[in-house]
Amino acid sequence: MKAIIILSALGLATMFVGVYNFKKALLPMILLGLLAVIGINTMEWNTNIHYYNDMLYFDNWAVSFTNLILAVSILVFLLSGQYFKKNTDHLEDNYSIIIFTIIGAILMVSYSNLAMLFIGIETLSISLYILAGSKKTSLASNEASLKYFLMGSFATGFLLFGIVLLYGASGTFHLHGIKDYVIENHASLPTIFYVGILLMMVGLAFKISIVPFHFWTADVYEGSPTLITAFMATVVKIAGFAAFLRLFFTCFSSITEHFVPILCILAVLTMFLGNITAVYQNNFKRMLAFSSISHAGYMLLAIIALKESSFIAILLYTAAYSVATITAFAVLLMIKAAHQENDSIDTFNGLAKRSPFMAFTLTIAMLSLAGIPITGGFFAKYYLFANTISAGYTWLVVLAVFNSAIGVYYYFKVIIAAYFKEGSEEKLSIFPAYQLVLIITAIATLLLGILPGLITEMM
Amino acid sequence: MTDQITHIAKTIPIEHYIYLSAILFSIGVLGVLIRRNAIIIFMSIELMLNAATLLLTAFSTYRSDAAGQVFVFFIMVVAAAEVAVGLAIIVMIFRNIKSIDINLLNKLKW
Repeated sequence: MKAIIILSALGLATMFVGVYNFKKALLPMILLGLLAVIGINTMEWNTNIHYYNDMLYFDNWAVSFTNLILAVSILVFLLSGQYFKKNTDHLEDNYSIIIFTIIGAILMVSYSNLAMLFIGIETLSISLYILAGSKKTSLASNEASLKYFLMGSFATGFLLFGIVLLYGASGTFHLHGIKDYVIENHASLPTIFYVGILLMMVGLAFKISIVPFHFWTADVYEGSPTLITAFMATVVKIAGFAAFLRLFFTCFSSITEHFVPILCILAVLTMFLGNITAVYQNNFKRMLAFSSISHAGYMLLAIIALKESSFIAILLYTAAYSVATITAFAVLLMIKAAHQENDSIDTFNGLAKRSPFMAFTLTIAMLSLAGIPITGGFFAKYYLFANTISAGYTWLVVLAVFNSAIGVYYYFKVIIAAYFKEGSEEKLSIFPAYQLVLIITAIATLLLGILPGLITEMM
Repeated sequence: MTDQITHIAKTIPIEHYIYLSAILFSIGVLGVLIRRNAIIIFMSIELMLNAATLLLTAFSTYRSDAAGQVFVFFIMVVAAAEVAVGLAIIVMIFRNIKSIDINLLNKLKW
Protein backbone atom coordinates (compact mmCIF):
# COMPACT_ATOMS: atom_id res chain seq x y z
CA MET A 1 0.00 0.00 0.00
CA LYS A 2 2.91 2.31 0.74
CA ALA A 3 3.90 1.57 -2.83
CA ILE A 4 0.73 3.32 -4.05
CA ILE A 5 1.35 6.44 -1.95
CA ILE A 6 5.01 6.75 -2.94
CA LEU A 7 4.24 6.16 -6.60
CA SER A 8 1.53 8.84 -6.53
CA ALA A 9 4.06 11.27 -5.07
CA LEU A 10 6.60 10.18 -7.66
CA GLY A 11 4.10 10.74 -10.47
CA LEU A 12 3.31 14.26 -9.24
CA ALA A 13 7.00 15.02 -8.71
CA THR A 14 7.70 13.91 -12.27
CA MET A 15 5.24 16.49 -13.59
CA PHE A 16 6.83 19.28 -11.53
CA VAL A 17 10.35 18.34 -12.52
CA GLY A 18 9.15 18.80 -16.08
CA VAL A 19 7.88 22.27 -15.25
CA TYR A 20 11.22 23.32 -13.78
CA ASN A 21 13.17 21.93 -16.73
CA PHE A 22 15.34 19.30 -15.11
CA LYS A 23 14.74 16.84 -17.93
CA LYS A 24 18.09 15.14 -17.49
CA ALA A 25 17.28 14.24 -13.88
CA LEU A 26 13.90 12.80 -14.79
CA LEU A 27 14.77 9.24 -15.73
CA PRO A 28 17.30 8.56 -12.93
CA MET A 29 14.80 9.92 -10.42
CA ILE A 30 12.03 7.64 -11.69
CA LEU A 31 14.28 4.57 -11.81
CA LEU A 32 15.54 5.18 -8.26
CA GLY A 33 11.98 5.80 -7.13
CA LEU A 34 10.74 2.54 -8.64
CA LEU A 35 13.64 0.58 -7.11
CA ALA A 36 12.89 2.13 -3.72
CA VAL A 37 9.22 1.21 -4.10
CA ILE A 38 10.16 -2.41 -4.83
CA GLY A 39 12.21 -2.46 -1.61
CA ILE A 40 9.47 -0.88 0.49
CA ASN A 41 6.85 -3.12 -1.05
CA THR A 42 8.88 -6.23 -0.29
CA MET A 43 8.88 -5.25 3.38
CA GLU A 44 5.13 -5.89 3.41
CA TRP A 45 5.80 -9.58 2.72
CA ASN A 46 3.94 -11.84 5.16
CA THR A 47 2.31 -8.92 6.94
CA ASN A 48 -1.15 -9.42 5.35
CA ILE A 49 -2.49 -6.01 6.29
CA HIS A 50 -5.99 -4.78 5.41
CA TYR A 51 -5.92 -1.10 4.53
CA TYR A 52 -8.71 1.51 4.53
CA ASN A 53 -11.61 -0.46 5.97
CA ASP A 54 -10.62 -3.55 4.03
CA MET A 55 -10.60 -1.73 0.70
CA LEU A 56 -7.12 -3.05 -0.09
CA TYR A 57 -5.59 -6.27 1.14
CA PHE A 58 -1.85 -6.77 0.74
CA ASP A 59 -1.33 -10.51 1.00
CA ASN A 60 1.76 -12.20 -0.44
CA TRP A 61 0.12 -12.51 -3.85
CA ALA A 62 -0.52 -8.78 -4.01
CA VAL A 63 3.07 -8.08 -2.95
CA SER A 64 4.59 -10.43 -5.50
CA PHE A 65 2.40 -9.26 -8.39
CA THR A 66 3.17 -5.65 -7.45
CA ASN A 67 6.88 -6.39 -7.53
CA LEU A 68 6.55 -8.08 -10.91
CA ILE A 69 4.68 -5.06 -12.30
CA LEU A 70 7.31 -2.68 -10.91
CA ALA A 71 10.19 -4.76 -12.28
CA VAL A 72 8.65 -4.86 -15.76
CA SER A 73 8.03 -1.11 -15.56
CA ILE A 74 11.68 -0.52 -14.71
CA LEU A 75 12.66 -2.39 -17.88
CA VAL A 76 10.24 -0.27 -19.90
CA PHE A 77 11.62 2.92 -18.37
CA LEU A 78 15.18 1.81 -19.19
CA LEU A 79 14.09 1.51 -22.82
CA SER A 80 12.28 4.86 -22.74
CA GLY A 81 15.36 7.09 -22.35
CA GLN A 82 16.50 6.43 -25.88
CA TYR A 83 13.00 6.18 -27.29
CA PHE A 84 11.96 9.67 -26.23
CA LYS A 85 15.31 11.24 -27.09
CA LYS A 86 14.09 12.72 -30.36
CA ASN A 87 10.79 13.94 -29.01
CA THR A 88 11.11 15.52 -25.58
CA ASP A 89 8.12 17.87 -25.82
CA HIS A 90 5.87 16.02 -23.44
CA LEU A 91 8.42 13.80 -21.82
CA GLU A 92 7.37 14.45 -18.23
CA ASP A 93 3.70 13.97 -19.08
CA ASN A 94 4.39 10.65 -20.74
CA TYR A 95 6.46 9.50 -17.77
CA SER A 96 3.97 10.58 -15.15
CA ILE A 97 1.09 8.94 -17.02
CA ILE A 98 3.07 5.70 -17.18
CA ILE A 99 3.58 5.94 -13.42
CA PHE A 100 -0.16 6.50 -12.87
CA THR A 101 -0.83 3.46 -15.02
CA ILE A 102 1.37 1.44 -12.68
CA ILE A 103 -0.69 2.68 -9.72
CA GLY A 104 -3.84 1.45 -11.44
CA ALA A 105 -2.22 -1.92 -12.01
CA ILE A 106 -1.20 -2.16 -8.35
CA LEU A 107 -4.76 -1.40 -7.26
CA MET A 108 -5.96 -4.18 -9.54
CA VAL A 109 -3.71 -6.78 -7.92
CA SER A 110 -4.43 -5.75 -4.32
CA TYR A 111 -8.13 -4.88 -4.17
CA SER A 112 -10.48 -6.52 -1.75
CA ASN A 113 -13.45 -4.34 -2.59
CA LEU A 114 -15.10 -4.12 -6.00
CA ALA A 115 -14.92 -0.32 -5.81
CA MET A 116 -11.13 -0.56 -5.79
CA LEU A 117 -11.20 -3.01 -8.70
CA PHE A 118 -13.24 -0.49 -10.67
CA ILE A 119 -10.97 2.44 -9.77
CA GLY A 120 -7.86 0.38 -10.54
CA ILE A 121 -9.07 -0.74 -13.95
CA GLU A 122 -10.13 2.77 -14.84
CA THR A 123 -6.88 4.38 -13.67
CA LEU A 124 -5.00 1.86 -15.76
CA SER A 125 -7.23 2.16 -18.82
CA ILE A 126 -7.69 5.93 -18.96
CA SER A 127 -3.94 6.44 -18.68
CA LEU A 128 -3.39 3.92 -21.45
CA TYR A 129 -5.91 5.60 -23.76
CA ILE A 130 -3.75 8.71 -23.53
CA LEU A 131 -0.49 6.83 -23.95
CA ALA A 132 -1.77 4.92 -26.99
CA GLY A 133 -2.44 8.23 -28.69
CA SER A 134 0.74 9.93 -27.51
CA LYS A 135 2.10 10.22 -31.07
CA LYS A 136 -0.34 12.98 -31.84
CA THR A 137 0.44 13.45 -35.52
CA SER A 138 0.55 9.77 -36.45
CA LEU A 139 -2.78 8.63 -37.80
CA ALA A 140 -2.16 5.03 -36.76
CA SER A 141 -1.57 6.13 -33.19
CA ASN A 142 -4.73 8.25 -33.22
CA GLU A 143 -6.73 5.38 -34.55
CA ALA A 144 -5.32 2.95 -32.00
CA SER A 145 -6.13 5.39 -29.23
CA LEU A 146 -9.73 5.86 -30.36
CA LYS A 147 -10.33 2.15 -30.83
CA TYR A 148 -8.81 1.35 -27.47
CA PHE A 149 -10.83 4.10 -25.86
CA LEU A 150 -14.18 3.07 -27.35
CA MET A 151 -13.68 -0.63 -26.73
CA GLY A 152 -12.21 -0.07 -23.27
CA SER A 153 -15.07 2.10 -22.06
CA PHE A 154 -17.56 -0.31 -23.62
CA ALA A 155 -15.96 -3.06 -21.50
CA THR A 156 -16.07 -0.81 -18.45
CA GLY A 157 -19.82 -0.50 -18.93
CA PHE A 158 -20.20 -4.28 -18.75
CA LEU A 159 -17.90 -4.57 -15.77
CA LEU A 160 -19.77 -1.86 -13.93
CA PHE A 161 -23.20 -3.35 -14.60
CA GLY A 162 -21.83 -6.67 -13.38
CA ILE A 163 -20.58 -5.09 -10.16
CA VAL A 164 -23.96 -3.42 -9.64
CA LEU A 165 -25.86 -6.69 -10.08
CA LEU A 166 -23.53 -8.49 -7.65
CA TYR A 167 -24.16 -5.69 -5.18
CA GLY A 168 -27.89 -5.92 -5.74
CA ALA A 169 -27.87 -9.62 -4.95
CA SER A 170 -25.38 -9.71 -2.09
CA GLY A 171 -25.65 -6.20 -0.64
CA THR A 172 -21.91 -5.67 -0.34
CA PHE A 173 -18.89 -4.73 -2.43
CA HIS A 174 -16.41 -6.57 -0.22
CA LEU A 175 -14.96 -9.71 -1.71
CA HIS A 176 -15.27 -11.59 1.56
CA GLY A 177 -18.83 -10.38 2.02
CA ILE A 178 -19.72 -11.73 -1.42
CA LYS A 179 -17.94 -14.99 -0.62
CA ASP A 180 -19.96 -15.41 2.58
CA TYR A 181 -23.14 -14.59 0.69
CA VAL A 182 -22.36 -17.22 -1.94
CA ILE A 183 -21.66 -19.88 0.67
CA GLU A 184 -24.81 -19.10 2.67
CA ASN A 185 -27.16 -19.01 -0.32
CA HIS A 186 -25.43 -21.71 -2.29
CA ALA A 187 -28.65 -23.37 -3.44
CA SER A 188 -30.79 -20.33 -4.14
CA LEU A 189 -28.70 -17.66 -5.78
CA PRO A 190 -30.90 -15.17 -7.68
CA THR A 191 -30.65 -14.81 -11.47
CA ILE A 192 -29.20 -11.31 -11.24
CA PHE A 193 -26.20 -12.76 -9.38
CA TYR A 194 -25.38 -15.10 -12.26
CA VAL A 195 -25.92 -12.34 -14.80
CA GLY A 196 -23.59 -10.21 -12.68
CA ILE A 197 -20.84 -12.86 -12.79
CA LEU A 198 -21.30 -13.16 -16.55
CA LEU A 199 -21.10 -9.41 -17.15
CA MET A 200 -17.99 -9.05 -14.97
CA MET A 201 -16.45 -11.90 -16.92
CA VAL A 202 -17.17 -10.06 -20.18
CA GLY A 203 -15.69 -6.83 -18.81
CA LEU A 204 -12.51 -8.49 -17.60
CA ALA A 205 -12.20 -10.63 -20.74
CA PHE A 206 -12.11 -7.43 -22.79
CA LYS A 207 -9.18 -6.13 -20.77
CA ILE A 208 -7.12 -9.30 -21.10
CA SER A 209 -8.25 -9.85 -24.72
CA ILE A 210 -10.00 -13.19 -24.55
CA VAL A 211 -11.80 -14.28 -27.74
CA PRO A 212 -14.48 -13.10 -28.72
CA PHE A 213 -13.55 -9.82 -27.05
CA HIS A 214 -10.08 -9.65 -28.59
CA PHE A 215 -10.67 -7.76 -31.84
CA TRP A 216 -9.22 -4.48 -30.62
CA THR A 217 -5.90 -6.02 -29.54
CA ALA A 218 -4.05 -6.32 -32.84
CA ASP A 219 -5.06 -2.86 -34.05
CA VAL A 220 -4.16 -1.17 -30.80
CA TYR A 221 -0.84 -3.00 -30.46
CA GLU A 222 0.08 -2.17 -34.03
CA GLY A 223 -0.93 1.47 -33.94
CA SER A 224 0.39 2.50 -30.54
CA PRO A 225 3.97 3.75 -30.14
CA THR A 226 6.14 0.62 -29.84
CA LEU A 227 7.35 1.37 -26.33
CA ILE A 228 3.78 1.82 -25.13
CA THR A 229 2.81 -1.43 -26.83
CA ALA A 230 5.54 -3.19 -24.86
CA PHE A 231 4.17 -1.67 -21.67
CA MET A 232 0.58 -2.51 -22.56
CA ALA A 233 1.31 -6.07 -23.60
CA THR A 234 2.99 -6.85 -20.28
CA VAL A 235 1.65 -4.77 -17.41
CA VAL A 236 -2.01 -4.91 -18.48
CA LYS A 237 -1.85 -8.69 -18.87
CA ILE A 238 -0.25 -9.15 -15.44
CA ALA A 239 -2.72 -6.88 -13.69
CA GLY A 240 -5.72 -8.16 -15.62
CA PHE A 241 -5.07 -11.81 -14.87
CA ALA A 242 -4.20 -11.16 -11.24
CA ALA A 243 -7.47 -9.24 -10.85
CA PHE A 244 -9.49 -11.90 -12.66
CA LEU A 245 -8.05 -14.70 -10.54
CA ARG A 246 -8.38 -12.77 -7.29
CA LEU A 247 -12.05 -12.08 -7.90
CA PHE A 248 -13.00 -15.58 -9.00
CA PHE A 249 -10.84 -17.42 -6.49
CA THR A 250 -12.04 -15.39 -3.51
CA CYS A 251 -15.72 -15.04 -4.36
CA PHE A 252 -16.90 -17.76 -6.67
CA SER A 253 -14.73 -20.81 -5.97
CA SER A 254 -17.69 -22.64 -4.41
CA ILE A 255 -19.95 -22.29 -7.48
CA THR A 256 -17.48 -23.16 -10.23
CA GLU A 257 -20.00 -25.35 -12.09
CA HIS A 258 -21.86 -22.23 -13.26
CA PHE A 259 -19.08 -20.43 -15.08
CA VAL A 260 -16.22 -22.87 -15.69
CA PRO A 261 -17.87 -24.44 -18.78
CA ILE A 262 -18.07 -20.96 -20.36
CA LEU A 263 -14.43 -20.28 -19.48
CA CYS A 264 -13.42 -23.62 -21.02
CA ILE A 265 -15.07 -22.70 -24.33
CA LEU A 266 -13.49 -19.23 -24.25
CA ALA A 267 -10.05 -20.71 -23.50
CA VAL A 268 -10.24 -23.14 -26.42
CA LEU A 269 -11.45 -20.42 -28.81
CA THR A 270 -8.78 -18.02 -27.60
CA MET A 271 -5.93 -20.48 -28.01
CA PHE A 272 -6.94 -21.60 -31.49
CA LEU A 273 -7.87 -18.22 -32.86
CA GLY A 274 -4.80 -16.50 -31.40
CA ASN A 275 -2.35 -19.08 -32.67
CA ILE A 276 -3.85 -19.66 -36.09
CA THR A 277 -4.18 -15.94 -36.82
CA ALA A 278 -0.64 -15.31 -35.60
CA VAL A 279 0.67 -17.77 -38.20
CA TYR A 280 -0.60 -15.53 -41.00
CA GLN A 281 0.83 -12.25 -39.70
CA ASN A 282 3.72 -10.51 -41.40
CA ASN A 283 3.80 -7.53 -39.10
CA PHE A 284 5.86 -8.33 -36.00
CA LYS A 285 3.75 -6.18 -33.69
CA ARG A 286 0.55 -7.80 -34.93
CA MET A 287 2.13 -11.22 -34.54
CA LEU A 288 3.01 -10.43 -30.95
CA ALA A 289 -0.53 -9.16 -30.43
CA PHE A 290 -2.02 -12.46 -31.55
CA SER A 291 0.62 -14.35 -29.59
CA SER A 292 -0.46 -12.35 -26.53
CA ILE A 293 -4.04 -13.44 -27.23
CA SER A 294 -2.99 -17.09 -27.39
CA HIS A 295 -1.00 -16.72 -24.16
CA ALA A 296 -4.12 -15.25 -22.58
CA GLY A 297 -5.83 -18.48 -23.62
CA TYR A 298 -3.22 -20.59 -21.83
CA MET A 299 -3.39 -18.43 -18.74
CA LEU A 300 -7.15 -18.81 -18.67
CA LEU A 301 -6.48 -22.48 -17.82
CA ALA A 302 -5.17 -21.33 -14.44
CA ILE A 303 -8.44 -19.55 -13.75
CA ILE A 304 -10.39 -22.62 -14.86
CA ALA A 305 -8.40 -24.76 -12.40
CA LEU A 306 -9.15 -22.12 -9.71
CA LYS A 307 -6.87 -23.37 -6.92
CA GLU A 308 -4.40 -21.70 -4.59
CA SER A 309 -1.58 -22.88 -6.87
CA SER A 310 -3.20 -21.05 -9.80
CA PHE A 311 -1.65 -17.88 -8.37
CA ILE A 312 1.85 -19.34 -8.72
CA ALA A 313 0.99 -20.52 -12.22
CA ILE A 314 -0.19 -17.05 -13.26
CA LEU A 315 2.76 -15.36 -11.54
CA LEU A 316 5.31 -17.60 -13.26
CA TYR A 317 3.57 -17.42 -16.60
CA THR A 318 3.13 -13.66 -16.64
CA ALA A 319 6.75 -13.23 -15.50
CA ALA A 320 8.13 -15.45 -18.26
CA TYR A 321 5.80 -13.96 -20.86
CA SER A 322 6.52 -10.34 -19.88
CA VAL A 323 10.27 -10.75 -19.84
CA ALA A 324 10.27 -12.41 -23.27
CA THR A 325 7.89 -9.84 -24.72
CA ILE A 326 10.01 -6.96 -23.44
CA THR A 327 13.06 -8.53 -25.13
CA ALA A 328 11.22 -8.85 -28.42
CA PHE A 329 10.08 -5.24 -28.31
CA ALA A 330 13.52 -4.00 -27.25
CA VAL A 331 15.12 -5.67 -30.27
CA LEU A 332 12.41 -4.29 -32.56
CA LEU A 333 12.91 -0.78 -31.12
CA MET A 334 16.65 -1.05 -31.60
CA ILE A 335 16.33 -2.07 -35.26
CA LYS A 336 13.76 0.66 -35.88
CA ALA A 337 16.00 3.26 -34.23
CA ALA A 338 18.69 2.44 -36.77
CA HIS A 339 16.51 2.45 -39.86
CA GLN A 340 12.99 3.76 -39.43
CA GLU A 341 11.87 0.63 -41.22
CA ASN A 342 8.46 -0.93 -40.97
CA ASP A 343 7.43 -3.45 -38.33
CA SER A 344 7.41 -6.42 -40.69
CA ILE A 345 9.18 -9.64 -39.71
CA ASP A 346 11.56 -9.07 -42.65
CA THR A 347 13.30 -6.35 -40.63
CA PHE A 348 14.91 -9.18 -38.67
CA ASN A 349 16.51 -10.64 -41.80
CA GLY A 350 20.21 -11.15 -41.32
CA LEU A 351 20.14 -9.93 -37.74
CA ALA A 352 22.64 -12.61 -36.68
CA LYS A 353 25.29 -11.00 -38.85
CA ARG A 354 24.38 -7.44 -37.97
CA SER A 355 24.34 -7.96 -34.24
CA PRO A 356 24.94 -11.48 -32.90
CA PHE A 357 24.12 -10.40 -29.37
CA MET A 358 20.66 -9.12 -30.27
CA ALA A 359 19.93 -12.16 -32.41
CA PHE A 360 20.88 -14.39 -29.49
CA THR A 361 18.68 -12.61 -26.94
CA LEU A 362 15.82 -12.51 -29.44
CA THR A 363 16.21 -16.26 -29.90
CA ILE A 364 16.03 -16.87 -26.16
CA ALA A 365 12.89 -14.74 -25.98
CA MET A 366 11.21 -16.54 -28.88
CA LEU A 367 12.13 -19.95 -27.44
CA SER A 368 10.66 -18.87 -24.13
CA LEU A 369 7.44 -17.70 -25.76
CA ALA A 370 7.24 -20.97 -27.70
CA GLY A 371 7.85 -22.93 -24.48
CA ILE A 372 11.09 -24.75 -25.35
CA PRO A 373 12.97 -26.30 -22.36
CA ILE A 374 15.50 -24.49 -20.20
CA THR A 375 13.72 -21.19 -20.80
CA GLY A 376 11.27 -19.63 -18.38
CA GLY A 377 8.41 -20.09 -20.79
CA PHE A 378 8.79 -23.85 -20.73
CA PHE A 379 8.64 -24.20 -16.98
CA ALA A 380 5.79 -21.71 -16.68
CA LYS A 381 3.80 -23.69 -19.24
CA TYR A 382 4.67 -26.96 -17.56
CA TYR A 383 3.54 -25.69 -14.16
CA LEU A 384 0.36 -24.21 -15.61
CA PHE A 385 -0.56 -27.41 -17.46
CA ALA A 386 0.27 -29.65 -14.50
CA ASN A 387 -1.90 -27.44 -12.33
CA THR A 388 -4.77 -27.73 -14.80
CA ILE A 389 -4.42 -31.53 -15.10
CA SER A 390 -4.53 -31.95 -11.33
CA ALA A 391 -7.82 -30.02 -11.37
CA GLY A 392 -9.15 -32.61 -13.84
CA TYR A 393 -9.17 -30.80 -17.19
CA THR A 394 -6.86 -33.11 -19.14
CA TRP A 395 -8.67 -32.55 -22.45
CA LEU A 396 -8.05 -28.81 -22.21
CA VAL A 397 -4.34 -29.40 -21.63
CA VAL A 398 -4.17 -31.70 -24.67
CA LEU A 399 -5.62 -28.90 -26.79
CA ALA A 400 -3.24 -26.40 -25.19
CA VAL A 401 -0.19 -28.55 -25.96
CA PHE A 402 -1.38 -28.92 -29.54
CA ASN A 403 -1.63 -25.13 -29.71
CA SER A 404 1.86 -24.66 -28.32
CA ALA A 405 3.05 -26.74 -31.26
CA ILE A 406 1.37 -24.31 -33.66
CA GLY A 407 3.01 -21.50 -31.72
CA VAL A 408 6.47 -22.94 -32.35
CA TYR A 409 5.94 -22.36 -36.09
CA TYR A 410 5.53 -18.61 -35.98
CA TYR A 411 8.06 -17.97 -33.24
CA PHE A 412 10.64 -19.89 -35.24
CA LYS A 413 9.79 -17.79 -38.28
CA VAL A 414 11.47 -14.89 -36.47
CA ILE A 415 14.51 -16.96 -35.49
CA ILE A 416 14.86 -18.23 -39.08
CA ALA A 417 14.65 -14.67 -40.37
CA ALA A 418 17.39 -13.63 -37.96
CA TYR A 419 19.80 -16.47 -38.72
CA PHE A 420 19.15 -17.88 -42.17
CA LYS A 421 17.82 -15.05 -44.31
CA GLU A 422 19.91 -12.50 -46.14
CA GLY A 423 19.37 -8.92 -45.11
CA SER A 424 21.33 -5.73 -44.97
CA GLU A 425 24.94 -6.27 -43.92
CA GLU A 426 25.29 -3.03 -42.03
CA LYS A 427 26.38 -3.54 -38.44
CA LEU A 428 23.95 -2.47 -35.74
CA SER A 429 25.29 -0.56 -32.79
CA ILE A 430 23.34 -1.04 -29.60
CA PHE A 431 22.57 1.59 -26.98
CA PRO A 432 23.96 0.79 -23.50
CA ALA A 433 20.51 0.96 -21.87
CA TYR A 434 19.12 -1.53 -24.38
CA GLN A 435 22.08 -3.80 -23.86
CA LEU A 436 21.42 -3.73 -20.12
CA VAL A 437 17.74 -4.55 -20.64
CA LEU A 438 18.55 -7.40 -23.03
CA ILE A 439 21.11 -8.86 -20.62
CA ILE A 440 18.69 -8.64 -17.69
CA THR A 441 15.83 -10.22 -19.62
CA ALA A 442 17.99 -13.01 -21.06
CA ILE A 443 19.34 -13.88 -17.61
CA ALA A 444 15.86 -13.69 -16.09
CA THR A 445 14.42 -15.96 -18.78
CA LEU A 446 17.12 -18.57 -18.26
CA LEU A 447 16.94 -18.30 -14.46
CA LEU A 448 13.18 -18.84 -14.52
CA GLY A 449 13.77 -21.92 -16.63
CA ILE A 450 16.70 -23.44 -14.75
CA LEU A 451 15.87 -22.45 -11.18
CA PRO A 452 12.10 -21.96 -11.10
CA GLY A 453 12.26 -23.01 -7.44
CA LEU A 454 13.29 -19.43 -6.67
CA ILE A 455 9.66 -18.44 -7.16
CA THR A 456 7.71 -21.60 -6.43
CA GLU A 457 9.46 -22.34 -3.12
CA MET A 458 9.05 -18.79 -1.92
CA MET A 459 5.26 -18.96 -1.95
CA MET B 1 -38.05 14.29 4.26
CA THR B 2 -35.38 11.79 3.28
CA ASP B 3 -37.42 8.98 4.80
CA GLN B 4 -40.37 10.10 2.72
CA ILE B 5 -38.38 9.98 -0.50
CA THR B 6 -37.03 6.56 0.39
CA HIS B 7 -40.54 5.44 1.14
CA ILE B 8 -41.89 6.72 -2.18
CA ALA B 9 -39.01 5.14 -4.04
CA LYS B 10 -39.81 1.84 -2.39
CA THR B 11 -43.44 1.88 -3.52
CA ILE B 12 -42.15 0.86 -6.93
CA PRO B 13 -40.95 -2.76 -6.82
CA ILE B 14 -37.20 -3.31 -7.31
CA GLU B 15 -37.83 -5.42 -10.41
CA HIS B 16 -39.05 -2.35 -12.27
CA TYR B 17 -35.77 -0.57 -11.59
CA ILE B 18 -33.88 -3.61 -12.81
CA TYR B 19 -35.94 -3.79 -16.02
CA LEU B 20 -35.56 -0.07 -16.67
CA SER B 21 -31.81 -0.16 -16.16
CA ALA B 22 -31.46 -3.31 -18.25
CA ILE B 23 -33.38 -1.64 -21.09
CA LEU B 24 -31.26 1.52 -20.88
CA PHE B 25 -28.11 -0.60 -20.78
CA SER B 26 -29.21 -2.57 -23.83
CA ILE B 27 -29.97 0.63 -25.74
CA GLY B 28 -26.44 1.76 -24.90
CA VAL B 29 -24.92 -1.52 -26.09
CA LEU B 30 -26.95 -1.42 -29.32
CA GLY B 31 -25.89 2.18 -29.88
CA VAL B 32 -22.22 1.24 -29.59
CA LEU B 33 -22.64 -1.66 -31.99
CA ILE B 34 -24.80 0.06 -34.61
CA ARG B 35 -23.82 3.73 -34.79
CA ARG B 36 -20.71 4.81 -36.65
CA ASN B 37 -20.21 8.32 -35.33
CA ALA B 38 -17.60 8.45 -32.56
CA ILE B 39 -19.56 11.01 -30.52
CA ILE B 40 -22.78 8.97 -30.66
CA ILE B 41 -20.88 5.81 -29.67
CA PHE B 42 -19.45 7.78 -26.82
CA MET B 43 -22.92 8.93 -25.74
CA SER B 44 -24.14 5.33 -25.84
CA ILE B 45 -21.30 4.32 -23.53
CA GLU B 46 -22.35 7.06 -21.13
CA LEU B 47 -25.86 5.65 -21.29
CA MET B 48 -24.50 2.26 -20.21
CA LEU B 49 -22.66 3.80 -17.27
CA ASN B 50 -25.70 5.79 -16.24
CA ALA B 51 -27.94 2.73 -16.40
CA ALA B 52 -25.56 1.11 -13.93
CA THR B 53 -25.62 4.22 -11.75
CA LEU B 54 -29.40 4.29 -11.68
CA LEU B 55 -29.62 0.66 -10.67
CA LEU B 56 -26.95 1.17 -8.02
CA THR B 57 -28.93 3.98 -6.40
CA ALA B 58 -32.09 1.88 -6.51
CA PHE B 59 -30.41 -1.09 -4.81
CA SER B 60 -28.80 1.22 -2.31
CA THR B 61 -32.16 2.75 -1.39
CA TYR B 62 -33.85 -0.61 -1.06
CA ARG B 63 -31.17 -1.99 1.17
CA SER B 64 -30.78 1.28 3.15
CA ASP B 65 -27.05 0.86 2.61
CA ALA B 66 -24.94 3.92 1.83
CA ALA B 67 -22.12 1.96 0.15
CA GLY B 68 -23.95 1.87 -3.17
CA GLN B 69 -24.45 5.62 -3.24
CA VAL B 70 -20.81 6.23 -2.38
CA PHE B 71 -19.90 4.03 -5.32
CA VAL B 72 -21.98 6.33 -7.52
CA PHE B 73 -19.56 9.15 -6.75
CA PHE B 74 -16.67 6.99 -7.88
CA ILE B 75 -18.52 6.28 -11.13
CA MET B 76 -19.20 9.98 -11.68
CA VAL B 77 -15.54 10.88 -11.20
CA VAL B 78 -14.39 8.11 -13.51
CA ALA B 79 -17.02 8.98 -16.14
CA ALA B 80 -15.90 12.63 -16.03
CA ALA B 81 -12.27 11.61 -16.51
CA GLU B 82 -13.30 9.38 -19.38
CA VAL B 83 -15.23 12.19 -21.03
CA ALA B 84 -12.22 14.49 -20.77
CA VAL B 85 -9.84 11.98 -22.30
CA GLY B 86 -12.33 10.68 -24.85
CA LEU B 87 -13.27 14.09 -26.22
CA ALA B 88 -9.60 15.01 -26.42
CA ILE B 89 -8.94 11.88 -28.48
CA ILE B 90 -11.89 12.61 -30.76
CA VAL B 91 -10.69 16.20 -31.27
CA MET B 92 -7.21 14.87 -32.09
CA ILE B 93 -8.72 12.56 -34.71
CA PHE B 94 -10.85 15.35 -36.12
CA ARG B 95 -7.77 17.55 -36.56
CA ASN B 96 -6.10 14.87 -38.63
CA ILE B 97 -8.89 13.51 -40.81
CA LYS B 98 -11.61 16.21 -40.52
CA SER B 99 -14.24 13.62 -39.65
CA ILE B 100 -15.28 11.47 -36.73
CA ASP B 101 -16.85 8.64 -38.69
CA ILE B 102 -15.09 5.53 -37.41
CA ASN B 103 -15.50 3.81 -40.79
CA LEU B 104 -12.87 6.20 -42.14
CA LEU B 105 -10.43 4.85 -39.59
CA ASN B 106 -9.26 1.90 -41.61
CA LYS B 107 -5.53 2.45 -41.67
CA LEU B 108 -5.21 -0.49 -39.32
CA LYS B 109 -7.27 -3.52 -40.19
CA TRP B 110 -10.29 -3.36 -37.89
